[in-house]
Amino acid sequence: MQKVRHEEQMRHRSFTRRTLLLGGGMSLMLAALTGRMYVLQVEQSDRFAMLAEDNRINLRLLPPLRGRILDRFGAPVAANRQNYRVLLVSEQARDLDAALDRLADILPLTAADRARIHREVARKRNFVPVTVAENLTWDQVGAVEVNAPDLPGVSIDVGQIRTYPYGGAMSHVLGYVGAVSEKDLTGDPVLELPGFRVGKNGIERLHDERLRGEAGTSHVEVNAYGRVIRELRREEGTPGQDVVLTLDAGLQNYVHQRLMGERSASAVVMDTANGDVLAMASVPSYDPDVFTHRISSAEWRRLTEDPLGPLSNKSIAGIYAPGSTFKMLVALAALEQGIDPDFRVWCPGHYTLGNHRFHCWKRPGHGWMDMHDAIVQSCDVYFYDVARKLGVDRIAEMSERFALGLPTGIDLPGERGGVIPTRAWKLANIGEPWQGGETLVTSIGQGFVLTTPLQLAVMTARLVNGGRAVTPRMTRGFKLSGAGDEPLVAPAPDMRIGGPELEIMRVAMDAVVNGRRGTARGSKITEEGWEMGGKTGTSQVRRITKAERAAGVIKNEDLPWRRRDHGLFVGYAPISDPRYAVSIVVEHGGGGSSAAAPIAKDILLEAQRRDPLGTSPLPLVARSGDQA
Amino acid sequence: MSVLSEITLRRNPELQLGQKIWQLNWGLVLLVLLLAGIGFAMLYSAASGSWDPWAVRQAIRFGGGLLLMFVVALIDIRFWFRVAYPIYFCALALLGAVEVMGTVGMGAQRWIDLGVMQLQPSELMKIALVMALARYFHGITYADIGRPTYLIVPLLLVGAPALLVLKQPDLGTAGMLLTVGGALFLVAGVRWWKFLLVIAAAGAALPVAWNFLHDYQKNRVMTFLDPESDPLGAGYHILQSKIALGSGGIFGKGFLQGTQSHLNFLPEKQTDFIFTMLAEEWGMVGGLGLLGLYLLVFVYGFAIALRSRSHFGRLLAMGLTVNLFLYVFINIAMVMGLLPVVGVPLPLVSYGGTVMLATLIGLGLLLSVSIHRDLRIPRRGPRED
Repeated sequence: MQKVRHEEQMRHRSFTRRTLLLGGGMSLMLAALTGRMYVLQVEQSDRFAMLAEDNRINLRLLPPLRGRILDRFGAPVAANRQNYRVLLVSEQARDLDAALDRLADILPLTAADRARIHREVARKRNFVPVTVAENLTWDQVGAVEVNAPDLPGVSIDVGQIRTYPYGGAMSHVLGYVGAVSEKDLTGDPVLELPGFRVGKNGIERLHDERLRGEAGTSHVEVNAYGRVIRELRREEGTPGQDVVLTLDAGLQNYVHQRLMGERSASAVVMDTANGDVLAMASVPSYDPDVFTHRISSAEWRRLTEDPLGPLSNKSIAGIYAPGSTFKMLVALAALEQGIDPDFRVWCPGHYTLGNHRFHCWKRPGHGWMDMHDAIVQSCDVYFYDVARKLGVDRIAEMSERFALGLPTGIDLPGERGGVIPTRAWKLANIGEPWQGGETLVTSIGQGFVLTTPLQLAVMTARLVNGGRAVTPRMTRGFKLSGAGDEPLVAPAPDMRIGGPELEIMRVAMDAVVNGRRGTARGSKITEEGWEMGGKTGTSQVRRITKAERAAGVIKNEDLPWRRRDHGLFVGYAPISDPRYAVSIVVEHGGGGSSAAAPIAKDILLEAQRRDPLGTSPLPLVARSGDQA
Repeated sequence: MSVLSEITLRRNPELQLGQKIWQLNWGLVLLVLLLAGIGFAMLYSAASGSWDPWAVRQAIRFGGGLLLMFVVALIDIRFWFRVAYPIYFCALALLGAVEVMGTVGMGAQRWIDLGVMQLQPSELMKIALVMALARYFHGITYADIGRPTYLIVPLLLVGAPALLVLKQPDLGTAGMLLTVGGALFLVAGVRWWKFLLVIAAAGAALPVAWNFLHDYQKNRVMTFLDPESDPLGAGYHILQSKIALGSGGIFGKGFLQGTQSHLNFLPEKQTDFIFTMLAEEWGMVGGLGLLGLYLLVFVYGFAIALRSRSHFGRLLAMGLTVNLFLYVFINIAMVMGLLPVVGVPLPLVSYGGTVMLATLIGLGLLLSVSIHRDLRIPRRGPRED
């Protein structure tokens, strides 16, 4: 009994000792937990708090609203309109095909659309919306909304899409917006947003960064699967700036309409005083809206393979021999070299240089011609003779002073220069010395001479504005204001050509249209109060062979279209105080008097009637750097 | 407890039902209620402020379990002594049955589908093992413990279920069984050198045991050793748990405001990772508060063990307390990245049926030891008459 009690005491004592030991061990372990808690929640809590934010906050970009493009009076020529899209969340729709079947009753859904939707659903996570259809009409939006209870997972989303109210009339100037391509990427993250569009040509491309604006950001809370739970903070972006053009949208539209009667033609209307381009159009053109949506490859091929080049802005990128419209510059060069305007040349219908005979367009000849008559009747022989006295380099020097043969520097991408030949130019580019006969050909705007319609318009403006070297511009400014002063444009520099000399040209151009023997007398403006002056031009596309000349020149109308002459006309109005300068090129249209002058007549008549220069344009906020 | 009743009890350890209820350790019961209440709150939060689906079911189970706890507590400890072996072998049989007909869940075979509920025999085994070992050590003398042959039986008692559980595979439970067994060997008075020998032997066997582990278990251990190595794979859980816990800071983000857990960055937030959620929403203050409540439970357990007159009661109370401690320690150490991720829940707080039931039964036994602390049990057991 004693032994048992002793035994029990031993056991109890050992138990107590070891239990307390165990308790000590457990206390240490709990202390370790506490220490760990301290490390995680106090010492490193900032780091984990940051990681936690990273975990749950996702930054999303909000595409900025693209700035509008306005004409000189503030009429939008490129704007944004609401684009209603149908989105579908596959997770909520459950049965995708059933949902698409129901939608197909409301919207046109092709098999290709359905295949694309299935592809996108398979690729994206099932709570990410997929675009089913875009550009819904109001009726379609209504129909989807009404059927919403039967369409789980289907929602309508409103975005902004570019729209061009004037369609093809402005497309060459404005360009268009399209999907971002590899070379557009500049590091701006907004460019990587799906569906974001950038300016691809014209003004849209030139001022793209200004029009684009800055993206906003939306901080959204996402869960572990990336599903958006709610928006925490939203910073609206800065919408793009509006761009104000020098164009008069009404005149532009008229010019485009007027040109549409031709297969391929171009026209430029300019303010003679400051180079503001009031209208610039060429045909054929294209509808810029087709690029805003996904353009089909067939449509793209149609546009790029058309020999008439509907994508090309012929006013700045088409180069043509200026023909007789070039003759005023030869005359000015002659005056500068001291040739008297009364100096006369006998025109028998041809001119002989060495053993080669150069013809006048009028086979029987013009008889005695002075400078005035030579311009009015466009006598070639007179200019052959004068040019031979001057040499080609003096003619080139004068043409370059009038901005021919080089890009004018207009604020539009894609401008081409052209060619004003000199001795040095021929040696460098063709590798042969200059021939005397080539001077003669140059004097009537043929041979190597190539200019753009815009250059011809600039030339005309400089001829009739008193000799100020205006340069063309398309952009007036960027911001509208309720009131304020027009930003000042530095006055164009004086070309240092005498007033009397220029007056001779202007009077001659007046007579071309309004004189009894002028080549464009058929296009005289007969409406009371309106008038114009100008100069016709016809440029050969093919060389007329000796045999053809011997057999009698074939009439233009009998030639295939591709081989007919280009018809040109440069003009101005009003005669007493020229404010509008115009240039017309009708490709393969035949003679300038028949093909181009009537168009110029209509355009200048419309310009004077509309009087865009007499109406005060939209006030602009002065740009920094626009100092008087 | 008045001095008078103490004396009365000393005189007559045989208690009537009313006295037993009076004798219940109400402090411990209050702690249990508090812990369960915190559990309900966290499950409410885990469902983003909804009683459904976890908090309500947990509360119903707790209600049932609490009743069971009282019943277990009021039953005479001599009864538990008598049924200790039968219960152990029942539990062992069930563990074996899992091998044959268990339900596979989450990559492991742990449950038996009883129709009404999913029974997890390994949870019952944790208690049954403590009961069996307590009975065995009660029956041998202090001197016998010094003899190696007397250690064969208890080693088998620990080894058999540990191997079965390891095969399921359930690394956490196997570890707990071995540790609880070890703790009981320790407090029962196994000689130190033998103890160290066994530990050394276990250490030597570690490389062999490594080969028995499943790939995912090896992965977990490797990930535990270098959690940043695979932040989106096996290390994801523990990394997210640390982020959630650490971002809670000292005072937490507020009840229902835990961003990481509510946005599902935290997996299994209602079960094994519920402490993370609590620490995110209530901060270190909340975490330490919960730890403090558990600490009080352990203190009660130690007190009950030290005050019990029977060796069986002492060992039973100690075993149950160590068992509870291991749940808490392993779970919290795991979510804080101190231990590999093993599926050990936080008792009374984590969502789960069997664990809740097993915990409350264990606490019921602890309370029974407390009520019947003055009963002496002869070495060969109470006479059956």
